[in-house]
Amino acid sequence: MTTTTSETRGGAVVPERKSVTQTTANWIDERTSISGLVRELGRKIFPDHWSFMLGEVALYSFIVILLTGTFLTFFFQASMAEVTYDGSYLPLKGIDMSAAMSSTLHLSFDIRGGLLMRQIHHWAALLFVASIGLHMLRIFFTGAFRKPRELNWVIGFVLFILALAEGFTGYSLPDDLLSGNGLRIIDGLVKGIPVIGTFTSYLLFGGEFPGTAIVGRLYTLHILLLPAILVAALGVHLLLLVINKHTQFAGPGKTNDNVVGVPIMPVFAAKAGGFFFIVFGVIVLMATFFTINPVWLYGPYDPSPISAGTQPDWYIGFADGALRLVPSGLGFQIGDFTFALNVFLPIVVLGLFIVLVAIYPFIESWVTGDKREHHIADRPRNAPTRTAIGAAGVVFYAVLWAAASSDLIATHFSLTVEGVILTLQILLIVGPIIAYLVTKRLCIGLQKKDREIALHGYESGRIVRLPGGEYIEVHEQLTDYERWRLVSFEDYKPLMLRPNAKGQISPLERARSVLSGWFFEDRITPVTTHELEQQHHAGHGALEGDSGTEIESGHH
Amino acid sequence: MRKSTDISPLARKPRKTGRRSPLASIALILIGLVATGGAYALFSTTASASTTAANQQLLTEGSKLFQANCATCHGMNLEGTQQAPSLLGVGAASVQFQVSTGRMPAAASGPQEEEKPSQFTDQQTLALAEFVGSKAVGPGIPSKQYLGGTGNAAKGAELFRINCAMCHNVAGAGGALTEGKYAPSLSGVSALHAYEAMITGPQNMPVFNDANITPSQKADIITYLKYLDKNPSPGGLDLGNLGPVSEGLFLWIFGLGAIVGVTIWLTAKAN
Amino acid sequence: MAQHDDGVTTPDSGAAGSPVGSTVALSSESGTGVVPLDSVENPGFPPHNPRQTNLDPKKDKNAERQVTFLFFLSIIGSVFALAAYMVFPIVPGDFGSIRENNLFLGLGITLGLLGIGLGAVHWAKQLMREDESVEYRHGTRGTEETRAKAVEVFELGDQESGFGRRTLIRNSLIGALVLTPVPAVALFRGLAPDTDPTALLNHTMWKKGVKLTHDPTGVPIKASDVTLGSAFHVIPEGLNQRSDALEQKAKAAVLLMRLQPEDLHVTKGRETWNYEGIIAYSQICTHVGCPVALYEQQTHHLLCPCHQSQFDMTHEARVIFGPARRPLPQLPITIDSEGYLIARSDFHEPVGPDYWERHV
Repeated sequence: MTTTTSETRGGAVVPERKSVTQTTANWIDERTSISGLVRELGRKIFPDHWSFMLGEVALYSFIVILLTGTFLTFFFQASMAEVTYDGSYLPLKGIDMSAAMSSTLHLSFDIRGGLLMRQIHHWAALLFVASIGLHMLRIFFTGAFRKPRELNWVIGFVLFILALAEGFTGYSLPDDLLSGNGLRIIDGLVKGIPVIGTFTSYLLFGGEFPGTAIVGRLYTLHILLLPAILVAALGVHLLLLVINKHTQFAGPGKTNDNVVGVPIMPVFAAKAGGFFFIVFGVIVLMATFFTINPVWLYGPYDPSPISAGTQPDWYIGFADGALRLVPSGLGFQIGDFTFALNVFLPIVVLGLFIVLVAIYPFIESWVTGDKREHHIADRPRNAPTRTAIGAAGVVFYAVLWAAASSDLIATHFSLTVEGVILTLQILLIVGPIIAYLVTKRLCIGLQKKDREIALHGYESGRIVRLPGGEYIEVHEQLTDYERWRLVSFEDYKPLMLRPNAKGQISPLERARSVLSGWFFEDRITPVTTHELEQQHHAGHGALEGDSGTEIESGHH
Repeated sequence: MRKSTDISPLARKPRKTGRRSPLASIALILIGLVATGGAYALFSTTASASTTAANQQLLTEGSKLFQANCATCHGMNLEGTQQAPSLLGVGAASVQFQVSTGRMPAAASGPQEEEKPSQFTDQQTLALAEFVGSKAVGPGIPSKQYLGGTGNAAKGAELFRINCAMCHNVAGAGGALTEGKYAPSLSGVSALHAYEAMITGPQNMPVFNDANITPSQKADIITYLKYLDKNPSPGGLDLGNLGPVSEGLFLWIFGLGAIVGVTIWLTAKAN
Repeated sequence: MAQHDDGVTTPDSGAAGSPVGSTVALSSESGTGVVPLDSVENPGFPPHNPRQTNLDPKKDKNAERQVTFLFFLSIIGSVFALAAYMVFPIVPGDFGSIRENNLFLGLGITLGLLGIGLGAVHWAKQLMREDESVEYRHGTRGTEETRAKAVEVFELGDQESGFGRRTLIRNSLIGALVLTPVPAVALFRGLAPDTDPTALLNHTMWKKGVKLTHDPTGVPIKASDVTLGSAFHVIPEGLNQRSDALEQKAKAAVLLMRLQPEDLHVTKGRETWNYEGIIAYSQICTHVGCPVALYEQQTHHLLCPCHQSQFDMTHEARVIFGPARRPLPQLPITIDSEGYLIARSDFHEPVGPDYWERHV
């Protein structure tokens, strides 16, 4: 510790002791200029809303995955060399299996805490993908992907795909019966791709399925290539978050030009840091009490056995479900070649669905023609068409997901497998349409109700008798702060069809105009000051007259 | 029971010799011997049972019970009717399995007969089984030596995965079949019933005769099933052993549910 | 508003209702947004309601105690985990000991983590500064000045290098860059052997005279062993001795069943493929390759547990439900002089899922 002297204002010299923290901070700053970074970021404001924490859940489970995964690599052998198991699990003793499977059993049953680490790793992986999914839904339904965050949506989408890839490669590593059959399905899927399928599968497996290469290759992807890309993309994702600052929900005092919330130092740091430990704790709690992926029951991979209820982990379920919902007999032979439409169709449909999700921000901004920056998150009801599109997408995904457990649905609800599949086939087409229509009506209904409340206040439940003998219910007016949440959303008009410089209207522009009209039809306009004043005069504050609702229909 | 439980005449021909393939190793001969021995032991059980005097009474009781409870559907002489298959040749094992698990007498028609509380005492069930078994040769009640769970669990587990897991699931949790039928869960199923099911192939289950899975191999499978029953998962509760579906559902509902709960608490204003 | 030196302002409780000004225009274009002239005005920040811990020193003290307690709980948890590691080791041969090890170690770690987490959040919520702060946003795009500077940098770079001017250099560089990864791509051909995959997919281990044997023991099967209603899982004789056993098994696995001969609907040319009602079919699903082996002996249906394709074994495994497109290939079988089941030939078509080069 150094002792320096400094002059006080009075001129007297007093010795001043510098603490270890100060000295260390000084030492670091003199070599890194970190003080600039701390000044820049230390008091950054982060808005408080529960749904803003979902991305953090993903981040934290990823950290848990990195920590436990590192532990597992110290014991796992990514080799398909055949060994005879001689560990402590009796029902597999003396059975031939790959070194991968054998080392998985060894780290589960012969290393203290090994099973716990494996279970933490796997539960955290499931949580990782699930929280990314929920995070994406939050972003979508609040319109937080709009300018200037379209790029970050795409990066987040890439992270989601990487998480799926990480999940699938990890699931396949133990080389157990369940994951082996999963790989077999992948092999069949790849072979079904026209022209390049056979060779792609051949290269992937290093020869014929299953070969002796796949586990080692997936391991390299799982612990090196994919995590490296993931960490890099995550860095960009967070950097853009800092640059763009977080969105916030509309509220009194909150505008498109400010961020209202708690500073990173100390409140947000404490909450977010504490939240990391809570997420970690919840994952460990699950791993303590609930078995996940009991590979010892599945046994080593062998091409002829299979277990009833063979399913992938939940996040691949939608793809497995898509395979199940294909109707019989699709595909044909042309000349010397076979076109496996029953396999290729789901690949194409899922591919299209995924691409649509990835580029949705660009589609919406093209359709709406909205080029402004948006920092106020929409309430889902205030963007009825987008919310309805999202609901349709969710239903489409959910039906595919449910289809992956068609057999378990059948056994647990005493139905027939055939009936369940037929129902889901119909739902896959009809479900999203119904979801779209219902959600849109629901949103508009909620908007109308908001408008009613903003204008006339809440129903107080208090009944008053008027001098004329008439009974009416007193409506409680809102405060300005309460009302602001209901009225502060933006109104849009559909794009006007305008000829270009040559005086022509291109078909693309025409389509855009039609889509824009569809996107903004049936919109409810926010309450204006004028309407409020009118209402105030008509109702004299407390008592409601019958002024009806002012709803503007978008068909003009 | 439907027509399927009848056994072809080929199965009933007792094999007098072990396998003598020129390629067979000593191990194969051993397995063959065990198989033959097992089959012999089985058939001799049935044969000797029908001879003793004490059993004559049992057969009479069985006959009465059969006329009263089974004959309407299966015919007075076990020949079968429009509603139900012939019971000639199904063997005592089949009757004991069907009756003591409550699947017979049949309940209202569904996709398949369900397990329910048995309507008969063990003694009555045995009487019925011996009576049916005495009418034509079929798989007899298995010998106790295969039911003790003293076989090789590892071999049993391997055989289980190859022959049973595709319907009953690797953990014996059961699974779906076509048109509403299902393979039941095997957890808690007694060794006797497991053996009898293998050898008789109730309803849509295929028959696993002693040439397919030898009695000692069946004993291995039973040993594995007992091991599963006795040793709960070391990783904690097993969520029904339904695989990734139950894990995914649990994660979404409870795992993510708990965490979303925490986020709400975390961002709520302190009062 | 209190102005902090870092540009962050804090709305004091007294400043409630103060107007919220706009600082920077976020974009030059407005798009299709409609801003009515008489839209309701933002009422500004609401008055601040202080929390209990600020009003009541006793509650403040309580919260402090709770946070400390939670942190202590975490310490206890971590110590407990360490103790559990030693007290509950894995005892070889005792399967239950793994469960105890997992349980108690997990409990300790959980407590250690949740104690810190809950404590920190509780601290932040109850004892740290609670009022909200405001930070202003600026348009994401750089200022005109910065953008002009950036353009200038590029122009200078272009001028000084001659990138735009010396087109020959530039284009040849682009060409070179495009080509450099090509050798790397070619290297990946080495992922698989040089042999042609389609030739491998066309054949299995089965050929004339190969015995049908039990999976996994490799014991040959006699026709007399296969009784009505039986289902045998079959591998070709000699499979277990091969070094590529798994690859061969993945193509050659067969399910053997016996039906009443009169239940079989045999097409022309396949009359000799079954032996007295004993039929052998490839176990590999023609959809995406799962083993299909859920044989129902009464309905004679075969179900795939992966994607629920169903095959009717009385009609040569034709597809009756599900995504599969083709019937399962049949293995022609007969018996040898000793009564053992043998193959008459290989499958007459490639087994398993469709692939591009597949043709019959």
